[in-house]
Amino acid sequence: MKLSFERSVAGRRGVLIPKTAVPSARLDGALLRKAPLRLPELSEIDVSRHYSELEQQVYGVNDGFYPLGSCTMKYNPALNEQVASLEGFTGIHPLQPAETAQGALEVLVYAKERLCTLVGMDEMTFQPAAGAHGEFTGILLIKRYHESRGDCARKKIIVPDSAHGTNPATASMAGYTVVNIPSAPDGTVDLSALCANVGPDTAGLMLTNPNTLGIFDKNILEITKIVHDAGGLCYYDGANMNAIMGAARPGDMGFDVVHLNLHKTFSTPHGGVGPGAGAVGCKVILAPFLPNRLPVRNADGSIGLLDPEQSIGRMKSFYGNFLVVLRALTYITMLGGDGLQEASETAVLNANYLRVLLEGELPAANEGFCMHEFVVSLEALKKETGVSAMDVAKSLIDAGMHPPTMYFPLIVHEALMFEPTETEGKETLDAAASAVKSILARAKTEPEALHAAPVTTPIGRPDEVGAARNPILRYDFMEAAK
Amino acid sequence: MGNFLPSTENQRAEMMRAVGVSSVGELYADIPAQMRQKAVEAVASMPNGVSEFEALDQMKALANKNHVFGAIFRGAGAYWHHIPAVVSRIAAKEAFVTAYTPYQPEISQGILQTIFEYQTIFCELTGMSAGNASVYDGATAAAEAAAMCRERSRTKTLLAGGLHPDAMETVQTYCYGADAPCAVLPNNGGRLDLNALKTALDDGVASLILQSPNYFGVVEDVFAIAELVHAAGAKLVLSMNPVAMALLLSPAELGADVAIGDGQPLGIPLSFGGPYLGFMACKQDMIRKLPGRIVGQTADAQGRRCFVLTLQAREQHIRREKASSNICSNQALCALTAAAYCSAMGPQGMREVARACYDNAHYLADELGKIKGFELAYPGAPFFHEFVTKTPVSAQNVLRLLEQKNILGGLPVEGGILWCATERNTRAQMDALISAVKEAIA
Repeated sequence: MKLSFERSVAGRRGVLIPKTAVPSARLDGALLRKAPLRLPELSEIDVSRHYSELEQQVYGVNDGFYPLGSCTMKYNPALNEQVASLEGFTGIHPLQPAETAQGALEVLVYAKERLCTLVGMDEMTFQPAAGAHGEFTGILLIKRYHESRGDCARKKIIVPDSAHGTNPATASMAGYTVVNIPSAPDGTVDLSALCANVGPDTAGLMLTNPNTLGIFDKNILEITKIVHDAGGLCYYDGANMNAIMGAARPGDMGFDVVHLNLHKTFSTPHGGVGPGAGAVGCKVILAPFLPNRLPVRNADGSIGLLDPEQSIGRMKSFYGNFLVVLRALTYITMLGGDGLQEASETAVLNANYLRVLLEGELPAANEGFCMHEFVVSLEALKKETGVSAMDVAKSLIDAGMHPPTMYFPLIVHEALMFEPTETEGKETLDAAASAVKSILARAKTEPEALHAAPVTTPIGRPDEVGAARNPILRYDFMEAAK
Repeated sequence: MGNFLPSTENQRAEMMRAVGVSSVGELYADIPAQMRQKAVEAVASMPNGVSEFEALDQMKALANKNHVFGAIFRGAGAYWHHIPAVVSRIAAKEAFVTAYTPYQPEISQGILQTIFEYQTIFCELTGMSAGNASVYDGATAAAEAAAMCRERSRTKTLLAGGLHPDAMETVQTYCYGADAPCAVLPNNGGRLDLNALKTALDDGVASLILQSPNYFGVVEDVFAIAELVHAAGAKLVLSMNPVAMALLLSPAELGADVAIGDGQPLGIPLSFGGPYLGFMACKQDMIRKLPGRIVGQTADAQGRRCFVLTLQAREQHIRREKASSNICSNQALCALTAAAYCSAMGPQGMREVARACYDNAHYLADELGKIKGFELAYPGAPFFHEFVTKTPVSAQNVLRLLEQKNILGGLPVEGGILWCATERNTRAQMDALISAVKEAIA
């Protein structure tokens, strides 16, 4: 379809701005922009139709099943959006006096109190804008903690090789050396590898539990104890929190700090990759280091903003992605503690049901129950038929669903990771399983057809190598003029 | 109460039978019993769920505890502009709101193309060659820019004294993480002290992060600063309000190597500080150092033009601990909003908004300047839509009275009050503000 720039008609106007009723001020010509501003020239209807056409080429949660593992693509309740558009929230300036924004500050405090209870933490900041940003915040808390104790030789963060890529990248950003330890085949922590790598140089461990294979690590108390005994702290990557609300709390597992992806577990939408929110909760030992402008209850019941004495500083402007926190609170309010527990239980039931439906043709990478997601390997299928995990994923698009996560975690070859979430009903799971099975059957009879999938979409598989080799990152006006 | 679980009790029972359990609890067998008990008690201590309308009432009650001012003359990083209705409607489109990262380009062309258009729009505004798909906000854009300019032998970041305090603090925190040095340079007369800059520029300096118009509203002498910075072999990162770019010299024209800023003024509501949008654009030679998602144009096997996430070899999911940044989710929906805003305004509309901001702010400054004691704090220094005046009485006294009249006045800062006027402030609002200020000191 056309780019907005290609729809442009010279001289056409969209939104009109009234002339100001003040005199035109003197403006030094030397300050004026020289280059033309080549923005699209469109009327309102052009803009409106342009985006309607674009929207038709987007697959959202409301378009169908979206079992993208590790991303928790659950339904986003309509009320979330309605609340987030109330003028009492959208129309307030971040620097207006605190007494005129008590409702907004209460949103932050209520969300903090409920989420701390849910994960077993003592304090929480909402400044981080995403999961990775939360990780960075949490690891900086650990860094400041060790320094505050004069314990400056701790330069290493331990990360299992089944971890999300953000974990090692975060540890590096925080100035740490990353120690990658091998996982057991089911992605759980290899205790002997952990013991061999902890020591006086260990600042901490970063862990996802349930891990990226959807397995709850039953040695978790021993793992966190090993790290604590060595003087390190334990960081909980909350990407998989949707499995365990009301079933296990990171705080009780021995973790000292946790981030929560509010856009995953707490149903605020993903927005096509953001804005999200990465709330960071911590135990009391880390609270003195939290980012500035922490909302706290004053003695008189009002809410104010506190700069903790030994704060790491600031992770972003103001108080974080406020409207995202607001949506999460709306969701938590509607579900309540009981509903959150039921949500996780159902997410786990749905994943196990789908796992069992596929078991005959496509057994999970590990035996036994899974949590909210599971991983299958298509290595055998690929050897036998030449059909890859990518081919199956692309064929699922033709079957009308969003594919699962591909090629992650890295420790499973030809991996597909399914996370159905709790908001899908039985018949959706049945239909998805049938679709997968029929594709697996076709792999044996007509593998070429699967290499060519998808065929029902506006475009076929793009040339990604060419895109990276010869990057075209913006519209070329000169080329267009030729 | 609200639970969004479609399976009926019968279906659940059927599913449990298929899985081979008699209760969902059996699926949690790997969780130690005592740990499970604590979690069950914790959720039981939380309020129970409520109906949709009860939740709406609760949230409305909170919204009503906030005061939405009838006129806002406070900027300082969050700007009150008109948001065209068509832009709000586009930003609320369901598929855009609920989709995830466009990992499957065949069913994500809509999102990928909006990002490609966004990247192009910000290249146009900044005059740069390439930009990324966004970062969290202007402050984190500054921190990421500092990181992308660091080299093995040049690790130090200099921060101009006129940089927004939140951006300054964010860069300092990121530098603390990276164990990289960082120093704040003083201002002189509301602008960066060039002598202090000369002294600070040694061969360990990677970049200077400069904001213009700066936090105090003043347009910096960017040409002179760029010359000094480049002569020392360092990079210039320029943070600029995107509305100002429609009227004033662009970051590229001013000699910046990296252009950054916050896109909030382009159609994104104030919303108590977020979500906003951080934009980053750079010259050709630094493209592969840009952090975060980038969308590129390519073609499918039939030669049809299409768009994909590209240059992913820089990113965390490939490079893990060797990645330059850990950023993963960004602010895609806000980027889409800003692109829709710029498309709805067009070049003429953007220039008119910028010009109205400029004219209104200068009218306000002139009128305030006629009141004894409210002279400009930095007279003669050029400004765009923000400026600092002195105040003859306590700033709080003036601002309190304005608040009683439903006006959010400027922000108290060092040296006086930092005011802002945009196209959204009518002459009537400005005249009401002037009479209220007169009343406050009478």
